[in-house]
Amino acid sequence: MKTIRIVILALLSGSIGLAEEWGGFRGTTGSAVSNETSLPFKWSKDEGLRYKVALPGRGLSNPVIAGGRIYLTACSGYRETRLHVLCLEEQTGKQLWERQFTATGSTACHPVSNMAAPTPVTDGKAVYALFATGDLAALDRDGNLLWYRSLVGDYPTVSNQVGMASSPRLVGNIVCLTMENVGDSFLAGLDKKTGKNRWKIPRPREINWTTPIVLDSGLVLFQNGQEATAVDPETGTVRWRLKGSWSTIPSPTAGEGVVYLPGQQLKAVKPRQGSDQPDELWEGGVVTGGYASPVYHRGRIYGLTKNAVVCLSASDGSELWRERVNGPFDGSPVIANNKLYAVNGKGLTYVIELGEKPTIIARNDIADTIQATPAIANGCIYLRSDKYLYCVGPK
Amino acid sequence: MSRWVRVGVLLALTVSLLFVASASRAEDSVTSLIAQISKVGREGVGNEQAAVAWKALVQQGPKALVPILTAIRDDAPVANNWLRPAFEAIAEKAVAEEKLAAEPLAKFVDDTMQAGSARALAYAWLVKLDKSTPDRLLPKMLQDPSAELRRLAIARVLRQAETFVENNDDVAAKATLEKLLPVVGDPEQLDTIAKGLDKFGVKIDRAKVAGFVTTWHLIAPFDHRKGIGWDVAYPPEKAIDLAATLQGKEGQPIRWIAHTTKSATGVVDLNQTLGKFKGAIAYAVAFVESPEERQVELRAGCINGLKIWLNGKLVFANEEYHHGMNVDQYKARGKLNKGVNTILLKVAQNEQTENWAQEWQFQLRICDFVGAAVPFSLVTKESK
Repeated sequence: MKTIRIVILALLSGSIGLAEEWGGFRGTTGSAVSNETSLPFKWSKDEGLRYKVALPGRGLSNPVIAGGRIYLTACSGYRETRLHVLCLEEQTGKQLWERQFTATGSTACHPVSNMAAPTPVTDGKAVYALFATGDLAALDRDGNLLWYRSLVGDYPTVSNQVGMASSPRLVGNIVCLTMENVGDSFLAGLDKKTGKNRWKIPRPREINWTTPIVLDSGLVLFQNGQEATAVDPETGTVRWRLKGSWSTIPSPTAGEGVVYLPGQQLKAVKPRQGSDQPDELWEGGVVTGGYASPVYHRGRIYGLTKNAVVCLSASDGSELWRERVNGPFDGSPVIANNKLYAVNGKGLTYVIELGEKPTIIARNDIADTIQATPAIANGCIYLRSDKYLYCVGPK
Repeated sequence: MSRWVRVGVLLALTVSLLFVASASRAEDSVTSLIAQISKVGREGVGNEQAAVAWKALVQQGPKALVPILTAIRDDAPVANNWLRPAFEAIAEKAVAEEKLAAEPLAKFVDDTMQAGSARALAYAWLVKLDKSTPDRLLPKMLQDPSAELRRLAIARVLRQAETFVENNDDVAAKATLEKLLPVVGDPEQLDTIAKGLDKFGVKIDRAKVAGFVTTWHLIAPFDHRKGIGWDVAYPPEKAIDLAATLQGKEGQPIRWIAHTTKSATGVVDLNQTLGKFKGAIAYAVAFVESPEERQVELRAGCINGLKIWLNGKLVFANEEYHHGMNVDQYKARGKLNKGVNTILLKVAQNEQTENWAQEWQFQLRICDFVGAAVPFSLVTKESK
């Protein structure tokens, strides 16, 4: 009876299978905002860590957390041809299982990147892990292989030797992919149960590293250098598109019905029901200056340049403040409990209390190479370095 | 024989037969499950059936391990990425339950007729079981047909050479490095060996040791403005006539020139040898004399669009520009005939104007599937 009560309570609290605490790159929808209200903001390499787990290889991907488990990817071995999917127990960091795959696509890439650049996605029941090699594996929470695709095997001209890094996005039953490259370039929606294509949309033969986000309408927004494209994830129908000159690295953000597209400047657009083109609201302000993607939060847009955190008004793009920090930043900022967390490449996390003026409330140095975006779940912050996964939180 | 003894013998025979039948059924089951998994095709064809078979296969436990390893083939990468995690799922559980037997894995590693990637997988789990495995097995793997295992074996010897250097035993260090030269297949390990020997005053011809083709006949520019030339079969794709005068992209007469690169990694810089052209196609042809018929890998690096023909057969094509160039960036398999073989390259330069998008170069080496150079000599136009 006690067990049944625990199971019912766990189901109600969403901790078995139903939870989606941090299900992808910059969270489950890509908002980069967590609703957590009690998070640590001070730590060091010796203090404030719940655990630190050694990893088998590099990765730009952030861990994803759901259903009491952490999933993350890594690459190792000769020319990074060994691809790892790991599952850890969320509470303790204990490794529950590991599965390895062999790269079937090219592993050539710029030294700053690696084959474990895309972040996996999870719904707590399964994890869908894409690698820069075009290898895509779906595993259930116990490590059983549900399906596997070699996207380079399927479409042999797929190639991005700078290093593919777009992360998939899981929306309902569809794994949404951005495979924009110099060969067979496309967006695709795969059935999460079988891995088969539900839809495939041709794209220009140009490399693109942005990751799609999920809009409040349920549409998935893709962005490349020429177009922002909102797609119905179930059918692959393009609902609206906007031509322009957008970024191919920082991904878009959205809030309260408005979409913010990073390019040389930020552009705000408002999709209209039934219209195949959104209304253009304003253009202006620079919130990106490298790899980091902007974040919408409570009427403001936050971004990272190489050496500053920038805050723009979401209503007109005017710059409200700019706070100097030491970059460069490979990962993107995340926000929780009105605090912005930004981790630079040397493992220094700036924690900034947001407001009319910013207040840096902590500089937490773990002195490690960090390229991944932080993940947030259940009162903890997860930092992923080249060698370790750090869980920042109470023991 | 008493009645009870006869009953006992009969019972024992029945049990044995049942056991044999059961084992046979289990074997059949493992075989059919692996066969089901191996049917996976492009774009997820067969995924549903393979997933069911995968789970059933893992439930077979350790007895499925060697059959899984045996089913792994170096030319079936998609099926391998189903089979490998099945092996791991079984082995992971068996290790936790202290039921993973080393002997069958060791026997499999010893069988050099099996796929190199499968033997390397078995080796990796042997290492997990017994940390002394590398010292026991790697010394006999310096000529292993598995690239992965040979690389590990050479890496171990390189560490020994480092130790000799640290102990100021230069004679032993030099001898250790020299014995690796005939077996090394990995260009990065060759680089380490060459640098190590250089410190002892030993200069090696890296290009020759690695099997780079260093003498080419080159011709350019053919028209590739707006990317049009990639699919156009210009005269060199139809017939190689080194004495011919051909028409260049703006109508100018162009001729083949001979070029020998001094680069240690066989790099041919077309901007330097032919002049700087954008929106242009260059062809490079080499005549390679092989003492015997053999299967080889042509391993190329190129920062531009590249097509490779071996004896008139297209064996590789990739149109990508200015995204880096590395030794062994591309691999293509083919057959060298005994005697003279023709390797033709098409190197496409696009019209990007950025400073970082100006290079026009390639490199190519001929080696076995492990990466070690195969014997060949280069025949020049004059000697032809």
